[in-house]
Amino acid sequence: MRSNLGFFSDEKFRSIFFQTLVVGLFALGLFFVISTTSYNLEKRNIATGWSFLQNPAGFDISFSPFLEFKSTDTHLKVYFVGVLNTLLVSITGCIAATILGFILGIVRLSSNWLLSRLVYIYVEFSRNVPLLLQIILWYSILIQLPRVKQSLQVLDVFYISNRGLYSPRPIFESGFSYVSIAIVLALISSFLINRWAKKRQDKTGQQFPVFSSSIGLIFIVPLILFFILGSPLSFEHPELKGFNFKGGLVIRPEFIAMFLALSIYTAAFISEIVRAGIMSVSKGQREASAAIGLKQTWIMRLIIIPQALRVIVPPLTSQYLNLTKNSSLGIAVGYADLVHGFGGISLNQTGQAIECMAIVMATYLSISLTISFFMNIYNRSIQFKEK
Amino acid sequence: MNEMNEVRKPPVATTGIIGWLRINLFFNWTNSLITLFVIYCLYQFIPWILDWTIFSADFKYNYLGEQITNQEMCSRNLDPENGGACWAVIYVRFYQFIYGFYPKVEVWRVNLAYVMLAFALLPLLYAKLPYRKYFLYFTYIFPVIAYFLLNGGLGFTEVSTNKWGGLLVTLVLGCTGIALAFPIGIMLALGRRSKLPVISMMCTLFIEFIRGVPLITLLFFGMVMLPLFLPEGIDMDGLVRVLVAVTLFQSAYMAEVIRGGLQAIPPGQYEAAKSLGMSYWRMNLLIILPQAIRISIPPIVNTSIGLFKDTTLVIIVGILDLLGIGRGTLADTNWLGLSYEIYFFVSLVFFIFTFGMSRYSLYLEKKLKTGINMGAD
Repeated sequence: MRSNLGFFSDEKFRSIFFQTLVVGLFALGLFFVISTTSYNLEKRNIATGWSFLQNPAGFDISFSPFLEFKSTDTHLKVYFVGVLNTLLVSITGCIAATILGFILGIVRLSSNWLLSRLVYIYVEFSRNVPLLLQIILWYSILIQLPRVKQSLQVLDVFYISNRGLYSPRPIFESGFSYVSIAIVLALISSFLINRWAKKRQDKTGQQFPVFSSSIGLIFIVPLILFFILGSPLSFEHPELKGFNFKGGLVIRPEFIAMFLALSIYTAAFISEIVRAGIMSVSKGQREASAAIGLKQTWIMRLIIIPQALRVIVPPLTSQYLNLTKNSSLGIAVGYADLVHGFGGISLNQTGQAIECMAIVMATYLSISLTISFFMNIYNRSIQFKEK
Repeated sequence: MNEMNEVRKPPVATTGIIGWLRINLFFNWTNSLITLFVIYCLYQFIPWILDWTIFSADFKYNYLGEQITNQEMCSRNLDPENGGACWAVIYVRFYQFIYGFYPKVEVWRVNLAYVMLAFALLPLLYAKLPYRKYFLYFTYIFPVIAYFLLNGGLGFTEVSTNKWGGLLVTLVLGCTGIALAFPIGIMLALGRRSKLPVISMMCTLFIEFIRGVPLITLLFFGMVMLPLFLPEGIDMDGLVRVLVAVTLFQSAYMAEVIRGGLQAIPPGQYEAAKSLGMSYWRMNLLIILPQAIRISIPPIVNTSIGLFKDTTLVIIVGILDLLGIGRGTLADTNWLGLSYEIYFFVSLVFFIFTFGMSRYSLYLEKKLKTGINMGAD
């Protein structure tokens, strides 16, 4: 049997043969797709190339907190507005989901049966209902809020209505840059103090009040500077004019719905991850730290959490990735993110589906890779180091 | 010496109901305070939600005894002070929620398919089923039967997929996506671990690409770009295009889960299979995959839950699944403003399916753990 197959039974030859076959088939398929696509595009009179990016968009974007957007701006600008909006909701969502998830994960392990059951019910409900449904539900709650004229007033400066949350817009005057420089300097120096204090404690065992000195540096020093410079910050309050508010900072209901749904949904997953992480730390660790007389809060902070983090961080990374990808669901409520703004409206207006989708996919891929990259660095820094 | 020893008090109860309450609810004063606060909140909330969903709600008739046919007749719109939820909208639109716009004369086919689906799933879910082998044969041919039953052909009148909707579409997308993604996922997982560099690289690129982009962009890809890639005359059905996207998406996640299972197989298994002279495919099919899939069943169920929830995304490209029918109903002037009722119902249906699946995966995990222990003994 061997003989009539000849050199085909040679492993090396077979490997090269199959790989060439696969590459050949792939190239053939690619050639077929490209040729039919270019034929189809020509027949349907769809332009190709990247020049459409410079054309005026011709539509308005209702929510663009970082860039001023007019309908005469280009599709390229639509893209940048979309990326910024995607990043805005992803980053705020990740932060909120992490905080809420850690709190819920710890509460879930509370010795109080009622409290832990309550968190369990919350987790099961928000994990098992589709995120899109939750986004739409939040949005439908928000747009049923009172109209602008009857808007709810909170603390005399915030107005909540079905058009969103209106708050005073901070206006930074000339001297404010010194204050921000002071804040940055304070952050850097408290980071350095933290490192120095750690080194000193390792060497001599003496402790330094890092926390209170950092608080003092970050908050008190800029605050004093702020008043010395004559409070160079004023607020522009929103005012009701006609049918809508003028001025002030507005947070649209689309953003609030996305933010709430994303963070509440992801927090449920994170709380389960945190719970599993804390439970993975063996009971002996807790007992040993109690035996040497550590306080309960210290046991958590110094013994349990650092060990739990090793288990928590890898799945946490994938939750951040999921949240970022899920932010693309903003299209369902009209949140002008990357998919809705550039991949939706721009695509429909220019008809250049291939270019638009390629850009959108490439952007998501690079955001995902960036998150993985930084989380991998963080993960390496908290892993168990053998000295 | 005659002096009696002092009688010691019995210890504070740590067993029984009182003991349980002491330990779990009133351990110390902060704990007790939290318990009382939670009880107070529940006391405020539960009667209100029960009243809204059940006691003051309309199911078919409003409080005047009339059968509800539009939102104006709901008790809560007639009498905003006392009315609760108006479930009549679900009652009136129930057919659409379950079958979409499937013709009424042909609906027995969908019902039959639902019943057959249950029978097809039975041997997969319950390993100790008597005559499981024969049930499994049915499971394998079920997709073919379901295709002809739902779509038409073989003597059945054709029902085009744009008439499908509601739970039918949700289940078709979920089940087909999971069933097709499973073999593709296995191939991708094997490919990624292959020793042939080209194949391994291509599989890795495919998996990482799909996992790096949101499902919605793949749905757009299926809807907008796929027709451009195909030669003229091949007109793909909207549901099929969505299915392609969903299957590609799910297969990448499935591949990663199965790869996890493959990595857990000790190298001795490979070496033993090879030393028996098995070829690559025989080794994988007979030795490696059965073990790898067995340990990766719980995560497979978990990704399947994810896919089942993600099928709702198809409403963005205009397919009317359960949520799509809900939104369509809300856009109807007859049922304006009943969003809470409709979203509550849709959430409940999804919750029943996904919670059921997650419980099942927990049960499997426990069973597998004991199974492995028994093997080690």
